[in-house]
Amino acid sequence: MTKVLTSRFELQGKAADISIYVRTGGYKALKKALKELSPDQILNEVKKSSLRGRGGAGFPTGMKWGFVPKESKRPTYIVCNADESEPGTGKDRDLMRYDPHQMIEGMIIAAYTLKSRTSYIYIRGEYWYIKEILEKAIAQAYQRGYLGKNILGSGFDHDMYVHPGAGAYICGEETALLESLEGKRGHPRLKPPFPAVVGLYGGPTIVNNVETLAAIPWIVLNGGDAYRALGTEKSGGTKLYTLSGHLNRPGNYEVPLGYPLISLIENEGGGMRDGRKLKAVIPGGSSVPIITAEEAQNCKMDYESVAAVGSMLGSGGVIVMDETTDIFETTRNITHFYMHESCGWCTPCREGTRWLYKVFERMHHYEGRPGDVELLLDLADKILFKSFCPLGDAAAMPVQSAIAKFREDFDRRIKQSFVQIRTAAD
Amino acid sequence: MYSETNEKRLDEIISHYPVKRSAILPALFIAQEEHGYVTDDDIRYLARRLEMRVNEVEEVVTFYSMYSRKPIGKYKLQVCRTVSCYLNGAEQITERISRKIKCGVGETSADKKFTLSEVECLGYCDLAPVIQVNFDYHEKVTPDRVEEIIEGLR
Repeated sequence: MTKVLTSRFELQGKAADISIYVRTGGYKALKKALKELSPDQILNEVKKSSLRGRGGAGFPTGMKWGFVPKESKRPTYIVCNADESEPGTGKDRDLMRYDPHQMIEGMIIAAYTLKSRTSYIYIRGEYWYIKEILEKAIAQAYQRGYLGKNILGSGFDHDMYVHPGAGAYICGEETALLESLEGKRGHPRLKPPFPAVVGLYGGPTIVNNVETLAAIPWIVLNGGDAYRALGTEKSGGTKLYTLSGHLNRPGNYEVPLGYPLISLIENEGGGMRDGRKLKAVIPGGSSVPIITAEEAQNCKMDYESVAAVGSMLGSGGVIVMDETTDIFETTRNITHFYMHESCGWCTPCREGTRWLYKVFERMHHYEGRPGDVELLLDLADKILFKSFCPLGDAAAMPVQSAIAKFREDFDRRIKQSFVQIRTAAD
Repeated sequence: MYSETNEKRLDEIISHYPVKRSAILPALFIAQEEHGYVTDDDIRYLARRLEMRVNEVEEVVTFYSMYSRKPIGKYKLQVCRTVSCYLNGAEQITERISRKIKCGVGETSADKKFTLSEVECLGYCDLAPVIQVNFDYHEKVTPDRVEEIIEGLR
């Protein structure tokens, strides 16, 4: 299988050194871009590649880049979204610590394509040691003339900085990220205008995920068609998945789009731990609807196939759960996450997540009441598509899907609540 | 107000942005490094330094979970509690630490050495369960292993 993103992972971080990166084909794409291709040609290759945003939303990258106005009074910015915090996802971590230059090279190419003078990498504060790896890599890139003034004699100038977040899931949402980068609370902005038109400091801004940008050098070197051909007709290329949960070999694995979910679990993930049976999978990070073992059997990992079983490819955080898992408890855990991470800006999300968790808590303590499962559904419905940004939807969908598919785990809580009350009364 | 090195670092960070205010998050990490937490003086000082109002700094500090407005232990023991770590026994990890340092979640041990907290997803899902001690990650920990880690810090 062709490795677009992870070809240097086996070097275990040595490729963070620029001499190793260059020796293994690094910065060739940048040279090609600056010397042989025009910005329009690069944009065209990215469009042809059918690369989609790998942070979770899956928006076509070429189209996003195409929204940047040709003329702008304010500077254009490239921002790398390295605020990886979607539960179940740890792929950008390895892309940055094992191969930081690949992403940096992708950013410089993006900047050249969109005529941007400055870029920022917004990395979650918890990844402090990776921030240091990136800073070192950037310093090396300056030394070798891949960053700074007149890059490789092309007349193109570009500066790149690393900016730490400080613990807020919402800052992974691109407009909240921009607010945070401007030194404010991470509250999302109203869209439109979209960041590609009015973004950082009011200038046109492209916010792309680490994995998206890391795919750019390969696309420039091999062409958009070659990238697309790696995946399916509609979902081109490869994807890096984080496998976690009850597996023998959890980890980060790159496979082509369209790869069967079951193969990912059985081959890459080494199968279920302790010989247990599969019960459920969350295929794209905790925000997406859960699917049953049965649905997982024939599910292929591409945008369209995962949508066909009622879920989403999301960030590629594949959370695998065995037959001993109580889906009520995992959903309660996930709900706590969204309650904690709701930024407080809009009422449906701020209040709704708290109400949801309150009901989960009482059911957890066996104090559930008849009708509580319906109440959860009603609350989720009052958040879904009614919040200011997708965080609310991300809180509602796991609850709705868990109840729809694993209702018995919820009903059991209510029944047990009554058994406990009766026992106490006796 | 800060050490010479940190003042220089701060100047360098400010130069990265067209607007000084953008430096507030990295600046607050420097404040925390100097004082262990973000003090009232830090807030006033950084407001002046970054041309912000005091309340604007305050609202930033209170929004992000990595800043503390009160003194905490020398070592921040942060247990990831979110789903992948939960599936791999995060609750038992928290319990063992709590027993070992004799304080509850959100509290600081009597010797002021440790503060225990449960945090949301740390991005180490494939290496679960994970704890972070200040900025250091410890992956695939077990209750016995966390005891050793704590012993090592004593």
